Amino acid sequence: MKLKQHASKRTFMKNAACAVVLGLFTMASSQVTAEVNTTGLAVTDDTVTVGILHSLTGTMAISETGAQEAEKLAIKQINEMGGILGRKIKIIQEDGASDWPTFAEKSRKLLVKDKVAAVFGCWTSASRKAALPVFEKENGLLYYPTFYEGLEQSKNVIYTGQEATQQIIDGLNWVAKEKKAKTFYLIGSDYIWPRTSMKIARKHIENVLGGKVVGEEYKPLGNTQFGSVINKIRLKKPDVIYAAVVGGSNVAWFKQLKAAGITSKKQTLLTISVTEDEVLGIGGENLEGFYSIMKYFQSQDNPNNKAFVKAFKEMWGEDSVIGDVTQAAYLGPWLWKAAVEKAGSFDIDKVVAASEKGDIELTTAPEGYVKLHPNHHLWSKARVGRWNKDGQATVVYTSELIEPDPFPKGYQ
Amino acid sequence: MGGYTYSELGAIFAMQGFAGISLFSVLLLMALGLAIIFGQMGVINMAHGEFMAVGAYTTYFISTITENYLPSLMPIYFFIAIAVSFLFAGLLGYLAEFSLIRHLYKRPLDTLLATWGLSLIMQQSFRSFFGAREVSPTLPDWLLGSYQPTEMIDIPINGMFVLGLTIIVTLVVFYLLFKSSWGLKVRATTQNRVMSGAVGINTQKVDRYTFALGCGIAGIAGAAFTTIASTGPTTGSLYIVDTFMVVVFGGAASLFGTIASAFSIAQAQSILEFFISGSMAKVYTLLALIIILMFKPEGLFASKVRR
Amino acid sequence: MNYFYEKVMGGKSGLTGFIILAVVILVAFPLFLDIFRLNLVGKYLTYAFPAVSLVLLWGYGGILSLGQGVFFGLGGYAMAMFLKLEASSPENTAIQSTPGIPDFMDWNQLTELPWFWVPFESFTFTLLAVIIVPAIFAYIIGAAMFKRRVGGVYFAIITQVIAVILTVLIVGQQGYIGGINGITDLRTLHGWDITTDNAKVIFYYICCLLLLSIVIVGRLILTSKFGSLLLAMRDKEDRVRFSGYDVSHFKIFIFCVASIFSAIGGALFTLQVGFMSPSFVGIVPSIEMVIFCAVGGRMSLIGAIYGALLINFGKTAFSETFPQLWLFLMGGLFIAVVMFFPNGLAGIWNTYGHYITDRLKQLKTVFVMKPSPQEAKQDLG
Repeated sequence: MKLKQHASKRTFMKNAACAVVLGLFTMASSQVTAEVNTTGLAVTDDTVTVGILHSLTGTMAISETGAQEAEKLAIKQINEMGGILGRKIKIIQEDGASDWPTFAEKSRKLLVKDKVAAVFGCWTSASRKAALPVFEKENGLLYYPTFYEGLEQSKNVIYTGQEATQQIIDGLNWVAKEKKAKTFYLIGSDYIWPRTSMKIARKHIENVLGGKVVGEEYKPLGNTQFGSVINKIRLKKPDVIYAAVVGGSNVAWFKQLKAAGITSKKQTLLTISVTEDEVLGIGGENLEGFYSIMKYFQSQDNPNNKAFVKAFKEMWGEDSVIGDVTQAAYLGPWLWKAAVEKAGSFDIDKVVAASEKGDIELTTAPEGYVKLHPNHHLWSKARVGRWNKDGQATVVYTSELIEPDPFPKGYQ
Repeated sequence: MGGYTYSELGAIFAMQGFAGISLFSVLLLMALGLAIIFGQMGVINMAHGEFMAVGAYTTYFISTITENYLPSLMPIYFFIAIAVSFLFAGLLGYLAEFSLIRHLYKRPLDTLLATWGLSLIMQQSFRSFFGAREVSPTLPDWLLGSYQPTEMIDIPINGMFVLGLTIIVTLVVFYLLFKSSWGLKVRATTQNRVMSGAVGINTQKVDRYTFALGCGIAGIAGAAFTTIASTGPTTGSLYIVDTFMVVVFGGAASLFGTIASAFSIAQAQSILEFFISGSMAKVYTLLALIIILMFKPEGLFASKVRR
Repeated sequence: MNYFYEKVMGGKSGLTGFIILAVVILVAFPLFLDIFRLNLVGKYLTYAFPAVSLVLLWGYGGILSLGQGVFFGLGGYAMAMFLKLEASSPENTAIQSTPGIPDFMDWNQLTELPWFWVPFESFTFTLLAVIIVPAIFAYIIGAAMFKRRVGGVYFAIITQVIAVILTVLIVGQQGYIGGINGITDLRTLHGWDITTDNAKVIFYYICCLLLLSIVIVGRLILTSKFGSLLLAMRDKEDRVRFSGYDVSHFKIFIFCVASIFSAIGGALFTLQVGFMSPSFVGIVPSIEMVIFCAVGGRMSLIGAIYGALLINFGKTAFSETFPQLWLFLMGGLFIAVVMFFPNGLAGIWNTYGHYITDRLKQLKTVFVMKPSPQEAKQDLG
């Protein structure tokens, strides 16, 4: 009993001494917490807490693993550089369990209980739609990494992936020019993102390119039978198959295409739903010669990307692959850092205001240069990659920087 | 049908016909194991999909080993994989029957719940052993690509392979059930358990091997499907839905029912898919199924046992 | 009054159980939990509705439905459709190409409200629909199946297939009912903001009161002559039939009652959580509802509520700390309950609970020096 008392007294002294020293130190290096945090967020003199909210279990765990790994890498790097406003970032991770209501529940927990200064998370549109009202209600800040359908712009979300037009239009222009494509067959999984993307693609093909859509097809999520569709495609003989099939269906789709003798030798195929992550499951030999439109490929040859790939593999293992969304997720913490430093505060309203100025840019992004548009989306380039047998893509086309436009006129 | 020659239409017709048959063989192979267990033992095995995943993961595992250590065996490893998948899934089924199912024969509804619990545990085990990512085995070259009888017709080789496998498995099952002495015992036990016991049939043993056989066939199905789709921890739950559909529509205790049901569902779906765009084809098939079930709730071929 | 006390409340032990439950959910939770946790408990309690319905249907009727999620979903969607129409006023949706219709319709190029949405502009209709639509649906399924003497495992599988079909329909028809995203972003009820803490507390109490009411309704059903017939039918269906009863009518009736209970839970879920999605309709949620019931005790209306609370607490707690272990635990629980504790928590309480009560009584005799009569009564609990 006595001993314990003694010990606790000693730790108290030690803590006090530390606090004094730290206090002096933080005074010198950064602003007072009361100034940078006026709304009661989880910010102390030397730490700031953020949330990571992805699915660790369930069907989406496959896709979301990369994103959360990239976010952790970025946060680690930021901490090594001294953190944000002199404060180290602490992470609270929650599991969305591939279940949309859980995303809403956990978002609420992160915002209400943990008072996190920002959340990096969500993957599917459904999980974002479920969590969005919570973020708006509790005035949180979400960095959302996935390329998505657009038609949304919330004060409380920063979209680090590309909205639909940024991905689609340049890719279609490229294929029309390079492959002299006139007829297109559109196929996707049946939910909001493929449907919206196909709507934009169809308008662009018909109104701008003067081409023709000879078929449009949506298969239920998880469908593994494409025999009939492949026969239909054969009957229509399109110049280009334009695909947005997702998840496990993707593997069945490409395996069956190959089995039906439709390979890149005979057929041009352009997809907006295959990244390096998916190729791991599909197998490079089934995809060889087909094209993906993304904003980032792991094989991109620039110093930023080389450093990023190296750091990622050091942290998460030599075998890890990096897809488009993983890279977009990596941008989240850096964009947040830039906005907080610009605002000189962690307050959500001030960070959002700083983000909306339109001059936050990252020159160190693995994909190259990105800039945050006042509409909460990123200026980014579209790239077309041709898949090789080893599961990596060769970039064959890079666009100019494209302005994000979540509510495109003429495409609705 | 302007702009198409007769030979083109003929080619499409042939390939579409094969697409339907191919879907039929897939559905039948999935449902066969479940139908045996359900028909002969009255037990619904909710972990059926996971036993398929066991077969698929076994195939993946063997393909990885072959690729790394015995590359010369690559062309034939798939046959070994199928055999091992059958044995391994069957063994697991045997153990499941021994430790779980046999205590619950008097309570069929509880078996359903217990096997659901088993399926959750198996899913998480897959995730722990193989990771959450989808995997696919490297297929031997002869299984890839298509067979071209004419310039315009491409018949997928993996589809033919699954079809052939389904025919063989179905024939073996029929032989076992209706021609072998074991099959006689199974049918006797189904009809009258007490009497069968009285005439000296070890009914417990019969149950155990029936269950193991059903699971083993699920394992074969899983191995075969690695040629057309990928494998992940939750793959089993994708398959189970179609499987139930086939068994319910076919009628409980009838293998012929299962075959007829797999055939009609497959044809309806593949023809509808060809003419209707979008996922509505599946919805229409399912709606038709439900309406038929409303009028004929016992399924196409009702069991002759009075309830 | 005496009849009510003895039969409906189940005498002393039944009443005690009921009062304890009421105190726990009406007093203890609001007192000790903050608003965030209370809202979570409110959500869990909505799952208790289908769990209680399964006690009637499965525990007493012997009919296992693996499709209670369908009815939960029907109730939830009915409520969500009303709230969504209110949230999609022309002012709120001015940026759409067709203002005044729900946003997902606009994204799917619909230009007017589909006919089946129109009646949901009325709140009265919506409340009626929450009850009537599931009941009609249950009646159709029940009539088709039970008249043909389809039951047991086969019925379980058919209800499951129905759950799958409904999910595929909802997911496939995203222009009409929101697809896989569900119906989201519900904010107000007659202009009253349902996302405020205040509203959540009110919904919590409404939820508790309705839950207690359906327990009483359930007991009324079970203690009536119909309840005895239900049990008899579960154990020896043929004998009941040979006694001159039409068994199928009983089954259809109890199936409809169970569907209504589940649907009420679904509607309350939508109100508390603020959205509805197809992930509450399919196989997995439907089977989870069965496990709530099985863990709580399939013969105990009150046990089922504790089952729902316990499993969901466990799910939240475990997924916050060891997400990997949760599925193992859940699977093991399924097997353990089925193999070793077929009567769940309530069964354990009935078997071992008297040790605790005896001990308490001993203490009482020591302190008060007044022996109390030993009662060993099987409660309906």
